[in-house]
Amino acid sequence: MGQPAINEQKSIPIKKKKSQRFKDFYKKFKKNKAAVIGAILIFLFILISIIGPFFVPYDPGAVSPTNKLEPPSSDHWFGTDHHGRDIFSRIIKGMSYTLFVGFSSVFLGLIVGTLLGIISGYYGGRTDSFIMRCMDVLLAFPGILLALAIVSVLGGSLRNVIIAIAVFSVPVFARIVRGSTLAVRKLEYIDAIKALGASDSRIIFKHILPNTISPLIVQATLTIATAILTASGLSFLGLGAKPPTPEWGAMLSDGRNYLYQAPHVAFYPGMAIVIVVIAFNILGDGLRDAFDPKSKK
Amino acid sequence: MQKEILKVTDLKQHFPIKGGIFGRTINHVKAVDGVSFTVYEGETVSIVGESGCGKSTTGRAILRLDEPTSGEVEFDGIDLLSLNKKEMRKKRKDLQVIFQDPYASLNPRQTVGEILQEAMSIQNTVPKEKQHERIVELLETVGLGAHQMDRYPHEFSGGQRQRIGIARALAVEPQLIICDEAVSALDVSIQAQVINLLKKLQKEYKLTYLFISHDLGVVRHISDRIIVMYLGKIVEIADKKSLFTNPQHPYTKSLLSAIPSIHPEKRRERIILTGDVPSPIDPPQGCRFHTRCPFATERCTREVPELRNVVTDNGHQAACHYVEDIEAGIMQPVR
Repeated sequence: MGQPAINEQKSIPIKKKKSQRFKDFYKKFKKNKAAVIGAILIFLFILISIIGPFFVPYDPGAVSPTNKLEPPSSDHWFGTDHHGRDIFSRIIKGMSYTLFVGFSSVFLGLIVGTLLGIISGYYGGRTDSFIMRCMDVLLAFPGILLALAIVSVLGGSLRNVIIAIAVFSVPVFARIVRGSTLAVRKLEYIDAIKALGASDSRIIFKHILPNTISPLIVQATLTIATAILTASGLSFLGLGAKPPTPEWGAMLSDGRNYLYQAPHVAFYPGMAIVIVVIAFNILGDGLRDAFDPKSKK
Repeated sequence: MQKEILKVTDLKQHFPIKGGIFGRTINHVKAVDGVSFTVYEGETVSIVGESGCGKSTTGRAILRLDEPTSGEVEFDGIDLLSLNKKEMRKKRKDLQVIFQDPYASLNPRQTVGEILQEAMSIQNTVPKEKQHERIVELLETVGLGAHQMDRYPHEFSGGQRQRIGIARALAVEPQLIICDEAVSALDVSIQAQVINLLKKLQKEYKLTYLFISHDLGVVRHISDRIIVMYLGKIVEIADKKSLFTNPQHPYTKSLLSAIPSIHPEKRRERIILTGDVPSPIDPPQGCRFHTRCPFATERCTREVPELRNVVTDNGHQAACHYVEDIEAGIMQPVR
């Protein structure tokens, strides 16, 4: 963090002011202990998902019928499942699937939702009514049900899970962006830019979009948590990742059959999901407080 | 004869009121209802009137910030309303606007330099390598320094921000600037500075101003000619001197009588109007002012008075049936 800040101060004053704004944000964010923990955890998770698979003690796919359903021990930290696969290795490997699904589906939903929201808010009238009624239809379904429907139409695979989650997160982003757009659109500086002869795309991308960024970041963080939960849910129901894939939801589903003999098979993937989701949630809450200009200290 | 730069003919701006389940248009707010006037090159024409009379809407309609319902806006011989989006964007270079609220009219995320630079690059008025030089020049023209280029709007006072707004308008070298209540949000001493700046710029760049204001003191200081509006229509047009010394329309008379005087002994008789301004959704039939006019007769409730020459030779126009009778003392106020 320190290095770029120093460089920025040496360059032109504009950059200095921008880093100042970032510093204010950082200062407020730092005060929120829970959010900092969330951020650190997520950073760790990302690190694990990238380098973890190279350091796991066992091959996450290696079946060993002699060692099945072994409880946690120094050999198998989290025990083994009904095929004798090492649960710890599988959870580490599964981290990348979970994060990939979370980030990519929310990214997709964010892009589409932002575009729809900005068009809706900026042009208003019939375009607005049409887009927003479509969004209302999507919002009317509970997220998991909608995702379930989409996956069952498209067929169960990780890619389709991503698409399904992206679809149900679109309306949330569209609404947020539309709201901010409506608020900014009527400001005099937008009129001034228009009077100068700026094109719609310049007004939208240069003057309206930056105003929607902070609520979007917050919402994206929170939606990642929901997305991960939904993805696990779909895999649990057998509609997501296919069996040998060490996906947490699928692992949870496997463990369900052995809840009495070997509770650890379901416990560890379940805990993994809980911790990741909580980390994203507290980070999202912390970001919201840090971005909120009213919570100035 | 001076050159006509802006000619507005029968401009109407009706905003639909939507309601009901299906968002049907139930009625219209007739914010501007048939306004015609001409602005000549190099002069300052003011539009005055109370809140809600349609003066700002007229300005916005001329700029096509809101699309007018009907009418013609001829600028430099070209009907602006007939231009398509792209042509209009180009044309905007020649008409600029300065807004009322100096706090809302600048993007808080851009530095002053960025704001001015964007104006230039939108219209391509200045080649890239000369933009910096031009920004410095513009800032100095409006009384700011080059060192302030990298500051954000929130680091300036209201008056300074308004100067930035003026610099932005000048950046594209316009012919006509519409000042929409450009000094109303500033306090009096700053108002004077900004007005004097506007006057100076007018001389330097041969600008034409359409000055929209409710402040008669300011208007008196800056205008050549004045248009008085009431409820979406023009009631009187005259040059400054003629209007202030010899107002013809009863509304103008009462408006002028409301100017506070600093000479207690010279204070003229106040004409206090009764009632409120009627709603522009359902404006009165006939003369729009008849509900409040002290001279109104039955004819006023029926016939819409045309804007006509009332004082010979100097182009003083008023829209009242009884201008001459009132002037001659034949008609007395009835309420």
